[in-house]
Amino acid sequence: MKKINYIIISVLFSLLFIVLYLSLGNEKIYNTQDLVGKKISEVEINLFQSNETFNTKELTNNEFTILNFWASWCGPCRKEHPNLVRLSKIKNLKLIGVNFKDEKDNARNFLRENGNPFDILAEDKNGKNSVNFGVYGIPETILIDSKLKILKKYIGPLNINDVNEIRKIVKK
Amino acid sequence: MKSIIKALILFLLIFSESYGDENLSNEILKNLRCLVCQGQTVHDSNSDFALTIKSVVKDKIKEGNNEREIYTFLSEKYGDWILLNPPLKKNSFLLWFLPYLLFFLGIIFLFFLIKKPKIRP
Repeated sequence: MKKINYIIISVLFSLLFIVLYLSLGNEKIYNTQDLVGKKISEVEINLFQSNETFNTKELTNNEFTILNFWASWCGPCRKEHPNLVRLSKIKNLKLIGVNFKDEKDNARNFLRENGNPFDILAEDKNGKNSVNFGVYGIPETILIDSKLKILKKYIGPLNINDVNEIRKIVKK
Repeated sequence: MKSIIKALILFLLIFSESYGDENLSNEILKNLRCLVCQGQTVHDSNSDFALTIKSVVKDKIKEGNNEREIYTFLSEKYGDWILLNPPLKKNSFLLWFLPYLLFFLGIIFLFFLIKKPKIRP
């Protein structure tokens, strides 16, 4: 009988050890890895300069598209802007800027000061539409292909390494 | 008098409906993780992200979506990380069944521990 008890205790401790060991390797912060490979929603977004809307379905016409969520009040957006300007020079890549919870005048001034890298400028006044793209803060950037499939999602400001990575992906 | 009763019924109907929606909304928000907070639910947080999600959940309820549909929508957009009750999948199998397995093994262990050896004459 003692033998059975030892076996059960050993099994229990082994299981506990395995679970704790495996959970050591798990990241406890949100990451977007699960979203890569999924398609973005086909939704209507309001255009910044007019009262018209734009459907993300239209992005199937582009070989590659970048959706960048930004605002004039966001410091990191200012930091990443030169990198967006760099990306705007890539021919088979279209840039869609979604101005997030911002004042129009401030956004216009921001683009006047820093340049406008966007092929299409849209806006999301209350941030609700951005939920359709899984955005939870800005800046966020989503790289998609012509099938609207997410190739990469960047949280936080794009740096020069990200620009090089995007260049590599779209050149393939 | 009749018009007063009608108005009262109408008021109660509207009130009960909005109260029901509010309850459902709270129930859902308590099961959502605030992605920008430390260990808080969307319900408990007043962060910008939580406020947006609260508003989106209310809209979805108004549109007629049920609880499961709202969870599915949000997990499609943010992954299962947003759900405090992760769904049963290949990678969460252990998480769901390990407590039951440990419980079962514990019972066997206790059974053998408590069981007294039979005294043979």
